Parts: sequence; C-alpha cells; structure tokens
Amino acid sequence: MTRLAQGSVIDGFVIGPRVHAGAMAELYRVHYDGGRPDPGFPMIMKVPRMGGGEGAENLVGFEVERQILQGLDGPHVPRFVAAGDLGRLPFLVMEYVEGRTLQDLLDDAAAARKRPAAQDIARWGRCVAVAAHSLHRQNAVHLDLKPANVIVRPDGHCTLVDFGLSWHAHFPDLLAAEMRPAIGSPAWMAPEQVVGVRGDPRSDVFAIGVMLYELATGELPFGAPSTTGGLRQRLWMDPAPPRALNPEVPPWLQEVILHCLEPVAAARPPSAAHLAFDLGDPDQVQVGPRGLRTTRTPFTAHVRRWLRAAGMHYQPSALPSERVGEIPIVMVAVPHHDTTDATLYALRQAVDRSLGIRPGARLACVTVVRSAGAQEDEAGLHRHHAEQLRQWARGLDLQGRQVSFHVLQSDDVAGALLAYAQTNQVSLIVMGAATHGLALQRWIPTVPARVAAEAPCSVLLVKDAPPFALLSQAA
Amino acid sequence: MKLALLSDLHANLRALDACLAHARAAGATQFALLGDLVGYGPEPAAVLERVMALAAGGAVVLRGNHDDAARQPPAGRQTAEDVSAAWTHEQLTPAHRAFLAGLPYAETAGDALLVHASAYEPQQWEYVDRPAMAGRCLLAAQQQWGLRRVFCGHVHEQLLYYRGADNRLMPFSPVTGVPVPMRAHRSWVALVGSVGQPRDGDPRAMYALFDAAQARLAFHRIAYDHAGTAAAVRAAGLPEGFAQRLERGR
Repeated sequence: MTRLAQGSVIDGFVIGPRVHAGAMAELYRVHYDGGRPDPGFPMIMKVPRMGGGEGAENLVGFEVERQILQGLDGPHVPRFVAAGDLGRLPFLVMEYVEGRTLQDLLDDAAAARKRPAAQDIARWGRCVAVAAHSLHRQNAVHLDLKPANVIVRPDGHCTLVDFGLSWHAHFPDLLAAEMRPAIGSPAWMAPEQVVGVRGDPRSDVFAIGVMLYELATGELPFGAPSTTGGLRQRLWMDPAPPRALNPEVPPWLQEVILHCLEPVAAARPPSAAHLAFDLGDPDQVQVGPRGLRTTRTPFTAHVRRWLRAAGMHYQPSALPSERVGEIPIVMVAVPHHDTTDATLYALRQAVDRSLGIRPGARLACVTVVRSAGAQEDEAGLHRHHAEQLRQWARGLDLQGRQVSFHVLQSDDVAGALLAYAQTNQVSLIVMGAATHGLALQRWIPTVPARVAAEAPCSVLLVKDAPPFALLSQAA
Repeated sequence: MKLALLSDLHANLRALDACLAHARAAGATQFALLGDLVGYGPEPAAVLERVMALAAGGAVVLRGNHDDAARQPPAGRQTAEDVSAAWTHEQLTPAHRAFLAGLPYAETAGDALLVHASAYEPQQWEYVDRPAMAGRCLLAAQQQWGLRRVFCGHVHEQLLYYRGADNRLMPFSPVTGVPVPMRAHRSWVALVGSVGQPRDGDPRAMYALFDAAQARLAFHRIAYDHAGTAAAVRAAGLPEGFAQRLERGR
C-alpha cells in the first residue's frame, strides 16, 4: 500500500494527515467529503499495509476487527463508522480517540529513568481492567492487550484499540485453527494462548499483569521470545518478583501483579472486575508469600515444573459472559443503627448463599455513615464502623474467600451504595428490605427501594429470617 | 434483498405460519423452502397449500427425503416413519403429489446454493453433521455450481460451518437473532434448522434470514403453539412419540 495522499477522497472520506504508521497498518485522520458534518466525534481511517507474504493474515485481522467493532459498545472501544470492501479497498473508519497510549507513559518513565509511583500504576491498571471487563461483559476478549493498544484519555478512562486478534462469542472465530503457532504479541500473551486457547477473558487479565509488571519494573516478565520454546516457558516459569528488580514496589502491588501472571488461568483473578477491585483498594489486598518474595524461584523448582508442563493440557473455556458472572463480586450493605439481630442474621445467611459454592467469589462489606461533623474524630469514627463490620462478618462461612470492609461517608446513603456498586463492577447487592432509615419511609422512597430501582446489577432484598421474627412475637 | 430460509417443515402449519410471519415482519422479500415439507406432522395438505402459494409467488421449493416417502410410501410399516409416510400419502391430493414429484434437489439463489441435505449427491440425503461432511458438501458446491455458500437443512440443527485460519472447516453455534457476517470470499455451509420439528431440546421453531446486501445471516428461534400441533398429532392418530417430540423439542 502506498501512502495515501492528503486531500484525496476514498469512499466519501477525505484523507487528512497520517497519525500513525505501524507494521500492520497506517492510520489517517479523515472527515466526510462534501461538507457532510462529522458524526459527533473525530474519525480515523485504518488502512492495512500489505507487504510481501503477510498480506492474507493481515486482512483476516481486518475482517475480525470489523466484525468485532460492530459488535461492541461503550466508552472503552472506538466507535465504528464504516468499512471498505475487503476485496476491493480494505479500510476501517472509526472514532479517533484522544489521549496517550500506555506505551507513551512507559517511554516517559524510561526517559526520566524513574518508575511511576505505585498509586499511578494502580490507577492506570485499574482503568485498563475496567475497560477489559466492559469488553468481557459484551462476550468479547481482546487477546492482544499491550501498552500500545491502550489509550489513556484525558478524563482518566481507557479505550482499548486494535481488535484484529480478538474473539467474540457471537461470531465465528476466523482466526481459529487446530494446529498452528500461537498468534498474539509474544511479550503479553497468556500461557493458554500459547497452547492455542482463544476466548478466555483471563488471558486479558494475564496481559494486564504483564503491563503492570512493565510499569513497576521497566522490564518484561517473560521477555519477548521469538521461538515457540521461549513462549512455552511461561507455562511453568515464575518471573522474577517485581520487588527483586525494584525494591520500591509495595508488597500489595507485587501480590496483584503475580496473581495476574499465574500460569494457570484458574489461579488468576477470576475476572478483570476482581482485578480492578484489588487495584482500587490496595489496603484490602491480602498479601501472602507471593507479595513478599524478593528472590527468584530456584532453578531446580523450575526444572521440576518444566517436566510437568511437558504434558500440560488446557480445557477449552466457556463463554466469557457466563464466566464473568460465575464468580461474583458480592456487596453487602450492613446497617449500623436502627437494626436488629434478626436483620443482621438474615443478611449473613443471604450473603453465605449468594457467594455460591465456587471459590473466587469475593465479598465487600459496606456501611454508610453520615459525614463527620467538625468536632468529631473522623479516623476514630471510621475505625469504629470498620470494626463493627468485621464483627458482623465473623459469623460468615467465608471458606477462605476474599472479604473487604468499606466505611463510606455520605449523607445520601442510597447514592453512596449505588456509586460504590457502579465503580467496583459489583455483580450483586445484598441488603435488608427494611433497613437504612425505615422511619422516614412514609415521606421519601426508602433506601432499599431506590437502590433496587437504580442499581447497575441485581439486588437481593433480605427479609428477617422467620425464627427470629417468631421469637420476637412470642416475647 | 432478504431471503428467508425454511427447512424441515414436517407438516407443522402453526410453526410454518409463525416463522413466515416473523420473516415478513423482519423484511423478508424472498422465501426458500429447503425440503421435508411433510412427514411426522398432522397438517400435510394445509402446509402444501401454503408452500404452493409461496412457490407461485416465486419461492424456491426443494425436495426432501420425507417428501419422496410421502409420495411413494414404503410397502411395509416397520418404523414410525413408515407409518407417517403412509398416513401422509392418504392426506394428499393428486395435485399435492404431482407438486412433490416436480421438486428439484437443489437450486441456486444469487451466489448461494440451496439443497435439502448435502450438495454432495443430494439424492443420497447425506447428513452434514460433522466438518468432513460439510467439506464434502462444499467441494461439490464449488465443483458443480461454482458456489461457496451453501444453505441446507436435514439435520434439524442450526449450525454454521466456516473455514478457519488453517483452511479447515470449523463449526460455529450461532446465537439466536445475532446476524453473522458471511462474506463472499470465504466458504460457508449454513444449517438453517427445522421449522416443524426441532430436536435440540428447545421446542421453538427454527429458521434463518439471509440479508444478501449486507452478506449477513441471522438464525432465529420462533415460539409457536407447539402444544396445539402436538394435540393435532394425537387427534390424527399418529404415533405418540411425534407429539412428545414437539412438546419437548427433542
């Protein structure tokens, strides 16, 4: 493909300046021909580069990207505008997303010879995880997440680009093959992709882990191997712990990064939402030996694992939307006053049931307290309520599941609960049907009613368990 | 142009009418009936009247194995299918039988080949139930008709075979109502499912709608009064298993 001349017209689009020239494609700013107003956002045209030999593969990527962009929605993917006929004039026109790629941010850090602060890494990582989760909920998996494919917008949110290797449960996988080398970018590719599994959202979680590792250490955890043998190393090899390369990496961040880089998909955070949760709440990350290590795994242990990996076999994955829903993030709103033992008991029972029998589900215990007055000791108030939550949770049968405690300050209880559920991709809210300011319900809609009406997820309204209700009647 | 693809009607008038109504509402302007118009079901004459009216309006109508059996039922009554064929035969007028006798095995519509079972020796009624059979079907379509898009029925299942990255045929299970791009430069075999006798555990009728301009195929499932058809099967004195199959979709 020769470079398109600025000002030329292709299928009703006027070619503007070239903004990117990659190995596979070139990007040009475009606008509609003939003074037709733009669709409300700036546009770019992506044109494949067809060099010798790689043409066909590259075009399949175009076909895949077109198919998938048309099937996706929301602020985390560029909006699709038009596509040229593959046989005649292959191109894609989509939204031009303003911002800097994560690669730009990495390059800045490298140039300044300074690693980004842990909270910045967590913030960027969280925004990538939220974007990936939005994709997963739409039945798609990106499968080629890397810093160059993540645009951090000025508003702090992320848009993911380049869907040429992506997978969507609703469309035939044009890149599927029974026997052939893995496709993807070697540095960020998950182990299951190496053995040919496409469509597991936890592959994206792995790739985000690689990006977090890069941000934290400036290095790639598994290098950028060019051979199949080199790629297969990640099936059994632990990367050097980030703290061995950069002692300033806090244990919680290392815990999160290495959790994402677990070779077996089932050992990683079960969804990108769970990862976003961890990155948003560093104090609540349960740091284990994984987070504290500062030495590499001994050579002998790697050899043993390498031998076992020779017979490694992965099961094909289920549809992502099912998988994403299977392992819920459950949020329970625990009232801190005007409540009874019966209510607290019933809430505990409902939470036990809602967490299900599968490991990996996590619980966020939330209570909302009104804003502290000027005279009050805010930290003390927080401690007091957090301790109340912990006491309440002691009666739960958690079986090692992750649980966290959050004291929110707000005078708008329902608003605070809703915002929390929205921000943390909560899958289910559990709350009492008659809690949170019952006395006012004759005049204003009750908190549970408003939460149920406006929540971004399912809401379980819990009524008191019969034995207690009967007991109080008897008394 | 939107082409509605309906196969394996199996004398189920309620299911046929529900699918036709859905297709018309979705903008179908052309219809193709891919065979097995009768057999199993309780309304062979009424279904054939509908089909003959569609044919008079330009619809493609193909021959299926059950249509042959109804025209010339086997002498013995060994299986439930034989019973069905003999009963159906009795219900049809000479005009119906003549219509069935004149049906072709395969037909083209634009750059697609339509066939009841497989493009490979259509009169053998081979089941396209695995990639190798889909491959054989495609090869025949390419060699004899020069076409790379085949629509067929016969297996009572909705499935799309396409060529993956290594040129092998891969099966894809479509999601109801989500149009799948079927671009012309690839090879495709689409199984459109059965209108009148679903067998995948879901009693809703199946058909598919091909949007030729956009090159997209949508697979649909249509709820209809399957209890009504099952009751008609019993009232006609046909084998009980046929009625239960409609109720259970299996």
